[in-house]
Amino acid sequence: MSLAGYEFEVQRDDGLETEEMTLNMGPQHPSTHGVLRFIVKADGEIMRTAIPDVGYLHRSIEKISEKVGYHGFMPYTDRVDYVSAMQCNQGWAVVCERAAGIEVPRRGEFCRVIACELGRIASHLLSVGTMAMDIGGMTPFTHALREREKVNDLLEDLCGARLTFNYMRIGGVAWDLPPGYTEKVTAFLDQFRSLIDEYNDLISHNKIYVQRLANVAVISKEEAINYNLVGPNLRGCGFQYDVRRDEPYSIYPELDFEVPVGTGEVGTLGDCFDRYMVRIKEFEESSKIIRQCLSMIPEGPVLAKVPRKLKPPVGDTHIRIEGSRGDMGWYLVSDGSEFPYRTKIRTGSFSAMSIVDKVSRGLMIADLIALIASLDVVAPEVDR
Amino acid sequence: MSLINSVPEMVLTTKLDEVLNWTRKSSVWYMLFGLACCGIELIQTGGPRADIERFGAAPRASPRQSDMMIIAGTLTLKMALRTKVLYDQMPDPKYVISMGSCANCGGLFQLAYSVCDGVDKVIPVDVYVPGCPPRPEALTEGLLKLQEKMMQERWLVKGSSAQAAA
Amino acid sequence: MSPAEIYKKLQDQCGDGVESFEAEALDPFIVIKPDSLVETCQFLHDDADLAFDCLSNMSGVDYFKEDKIQVVLHLYSYPHRHKIVLKIDVPREDSTMPSVETVWKAANWLEREIYDLLGVVFSGHSDLRRLLMPEDWIGHPLRKDFVEPEEYHGISTRRESLLK
Repeated sequence: MSLAGYEFEVQRDDGLETEEMTLNMGPQHPSTHGVLRFIVKADGEIMRTAIPDVGYLHRSIEKISEKVGYHGFMPYTDRVDYVSAMQCNQGWAVVCERAAGIEVPRRGEFCRVIACELGRIASHLLSVGTMAMDIGGMTPFTHALREREKVNDLLEDLCGARLTFNYMRIGGVAWDLPPGYTEKVTAFLDQFRSLIDEYNDLISHNKIYVQRLANVAVISKEEAINYNLVGPNLRGCGFQYDVRRDEPYSIYPELDFEVPVGTGEVGTLGDCFDRYMVRIKEFEESSKIIRQCLSMIPEGPVLAKVPRKLKPPVGDTHIRIEGSRGDMGWYLVSDGSEFPYRTKIRTGSFSAMSIVDKVSRGLMIADLIALIASLDVVAPEVDR
Repeated sequence: MSLINSVPEMVLTTKLDEVLNWTRKSSVWYMLFGLACCGIELIQTGGPRADIERFGAAPRASPRQSDMMIIAGTLTLKMALRTKVLYDQMPDPKYVISMGSCANCGGLFQLAYSVCDGVDKVIPVDVYVPGCPPRPEALTEGLLKLQEKMMQERWLVKGSSAQAAA
Repeated sequence: MSPAEIYKKLQDQCGDGVESFEAEALDPFIVIKPDSLVETCQFLHDDADLAFDCLSNMSGVDYFKEDKIQVVLHLYSYPHRHKIVLKIDVPREDSTMPSVETVWKAANWLEREIYDLLGVVFSGHSDLRRLLMPEDWIGHPLRKDFVEPEEYHGISTRRESLLK
């Protein structure tokens, strides 16, 4: 028996007055992923609508780019999505390189991909762990944090920081791989395989977990595309699209990996369980990519020669890269000076928040938590 | 605790203030107030490796049940008003740790138009932990400093200047 | 399809709505007149050869010196895997333009953000209000002539340098 879509009758006797409740969830709330606020209009336990109220973490990153210049903006891109900061670094580097016509050395590209895929593993670990905690299980969260600490150690060996890296530069990366890095990463990936199996045994096919997530908040493929849902959310609806494979950048055309999609194996296609399962399968694909990069990496420099005051030609550029939460669109307008004229970042969580209002109609309040967790929304991506 | 052991059995003599403060500092429950990047490091500090719960600091969701508020992350102007509301809801005696550069002074977002430069514009702060984000070890040291501060408080002597200084 | 072919098809269908086409830029773009925007976008969405079913990005740029605000739409087509850039110019004073929310629902929040930060009013939008800034904020921050206020609800926005 599925817990969602449960039809029941409310007995309204004569003289019983009922009215809609307006509840406030957040901005300080243990289950919203960051400072997000929802104004929930509910009829008892069933929601009529959940209106998101965002902007509590609006740090005006886009306007700051106009004050600090191209090179100086790199640390700020970490804060756009701090859970997986490497991809944001890469987004800014790629858009500046396209605008200025800079080519990155091959070894630098491989270093970038290794760093990004490790960041993707770390981000999905946190997402899956907090999702399990929101549903009610505390143990998977500590398991995920334990593995995330190991990934943090690897990234700290690479660039010195645990969370906000500032590792990439326009034209390559800042530092080469340290000696002995290949062995450390391979050792981690070998023991990480057993965690994926542990997760599948512990929660993925756990009866309670499946009942909480199957058939909840089904999003159809057409609706997802209309609302510009991207990344694992779109792949959970059964639509196979990944920027790394379909509009590739960097060295992704040379790598062999698959793009997992939701299959509706335990419920309807496009429900919360599918979106969760896509992230579990992406662990495996990221591990594959890292192993291939480590075996294919050539010798050479990691950073191209770029002028200190970078002045791209007048015009605008737009690129997309695959972040952990979907593709990020980076739009840069340059006026020929050393400061960008306008930077615009469109993130996957922004579109995911905009669909919450529509999808939450008719859900129970507890399912709203499952919905937000499965969409993997983080507050800084929505607000920037 | 001072051990003036004139009795050979298991008896400790100490001041009442110190015993009270020892029990209070060993059980400081903090409110989950992770706003931004430092929030992730706060979660990892409460996680398996740098376990802050062994010092007695358990996370609580509601301000009414917590003694301490760790402001982890950037405070925007929109959020600053809510922070004051949450701080007022906490019961006395309450403490505030400001974690990270953004909460200390605005950090690298001082250039922004929508960021409150430092949480001490809104609420009083006891301990400032620098870093961007601070490592779990740094936050643990901040908690230990707060515990040292709590040990200095005096409860029994009324109107004493030492209490006013604490 | 290449951008030139897309432009040709668009021009054949709704010729007077299209102002110009820039083929030499890094991302070739088509400039559309504001009044015929919704019709043009509906055609781009519905036509079988073009099939632009995804509004990938929508940004506003404040060109202070040329006294205009330019709204840039990046469209992408999942069936055909091609893309195009549309640009619409509105004056800085009293900037209004029609909303494309009826064509792509993704435009709902993207247009609210442009309204909030740049002050462009989208006529026909179902729920145009501030998204990121507080509701009682005055001014549109991303404009080039925006002056930061001295204080907000009693919290001053100035901080002395800590080095003194």
